[in-house]
Amino acid sequence: MAEVVVLLDLWVSPFGQRCRIALAEKGVAYEYKEEYKEEDWTNKSPLLLQSNPVHKKVPVLIHDGKPVCESLIIVQYIYEVWSDGAPLLPADPYARAQARFWGDFVDKKIYECGTRLWKLKGEAQQEAKKELIEILKLLQAELGDKKYFGGDAFGYVDIALVPFCAWFYTYKACGGLSVEAEVPKLAAWGRRCMERESVAKTLYDPLKVYEFVCHLKKKYGIE
Amino acid sequence: MAEEEEKEVTLLGTWSSPFVLRVKWALRIKGVEYNYVEEDLRNKSPLLLQHNPVHKKVPVLVHKGRAIAESSVILHYIDEVWPLRPLLPHHPYEKAMARFWCKFEADKLSPPLWRVLTTRAEEQREAQASSIESLGLLENELEGKKFFGGQTIGLVDVWLGALAYIIPIYEEITGLKLVDQSKLPRLCGWMEEFLSSPAVEGTLPPKDMLLPRYAAMREAFLAKAKGPAQQ
Repeated sequence: MAEVVVLLDLWVSPFGQRCRIALAEKGVAYEYKEEYKEEDWTNKSPLLLQSNPVHKKVPVLIHDGKPVCESLIIVQYIYEVWSDGAPLLPADPYARAQARFWGDFVDKKIYECGTRLWKLKGEAQQEAKKELIEILKLLQAELGDKKYFGGDAFGYVDIALVPFCAWFYTYKACGGLSVEAEVPKLAAWGRRCMERESVAKTLYDPLKVYEFVCHLKKKYGIE
Repeated sequence: MAEEEEKEVTLLGTWSSPFVLRVKWALRIKGVEYNYVEEDLRNKSPLLLQHNPVHKKVPVLVHKGRAIAESSVILHYIDEVWPLRPLLPHHPYEKAMARFWCKFEADKLSPPLWRVLTTRAEEQREAQASSIESLGLLENELEGKKFFGGQTIGLVDVWLGALAYIIPIYEEITGLKLVDQSKLPRLCGWMEEFLSSPAVEGTLPPKDMLLPRYAAMREAFLAKAKGPAQQ
């Protein structure tokens, strides 16, 4: 019996991209449904409201009619259901704990700090820039000389972080933060990830992301 | 000394932290013996700073000399290393739902509850309404179940469990009702069941120490909100 997999998403969402990358890594066929027509955040489809009544947000994975919400929960679910092939997490429980820790760190820190960087001005923006550099430096230290955060295997932390690579141009253009200059090893990791088909076909041109952010800023009167 | 070294698990914590309690409950459910180290967060020990350099917070679990931080990460680790009496459900969908409700508590219940404690007037009333709305969703989740984990305590119960003793304290300090038995009967029942379960018995911080602590926090936040000019 064929499984029906649907992903409710927004093209630019790094959270949605995590799910798309995981689905691509696993070769799962799915229907992609774009939410928020005309960039109207209130324009939520009945399917979204029904599938994620608690948060009313994307991404939502609907597998044979059953919804799964929250991007990192979705990613874990994808790997647990389609369990053939490369695992998401290492086999050793301690290594798994480290991966979960850093995935949790990325989830708590990057989006919130990055948003302050492009949204704010003046001293608040400088504070956000300083914080984001610290966050990226910690991640670079964790990466070390490994090919991926998971070692030789592309895994949980890589998937959690890689969508934000498309935002590096925006961090520079809006906030003066050069990822290449501050954390070159992390920038190199980003480029290595882009060599993977799952990442390359999911991430959008950083210029498109920047255009989107400029559009948002104009819309909300932030200059 | 030799006896402590025999236990290969150490938990760094503070007596009042609900996050630390989650880990204590999980270890008790699993029957794992451990050393406990009480930390002073105003004067963090070299051990804590060494084992959790990123966040410098408790709880930290040290197992065979290796440290794990963040309560959700620690709970998953405990469940994997000591697989008897599992906390997480077996089926991937049920697992995803358990993880969802833990994240929900952190994102949508904990913050408004904190605002109930630390604000007043309009802001506090909004926080109360928001908290009750979130508690209502948990009420629905308990339909037909003794615990969030079903017949036995699971991950979500351990995650939410501190609410069972913290909410009554908040209610007492603020005079505001959060869990009304007539409106949230299942949640009320769950709170009683959880607090009287063997895993939890005897682990709670003493109320006569906790209540003044939270009351003092409320005073401190309200004073700060007033601003120096009005003090």
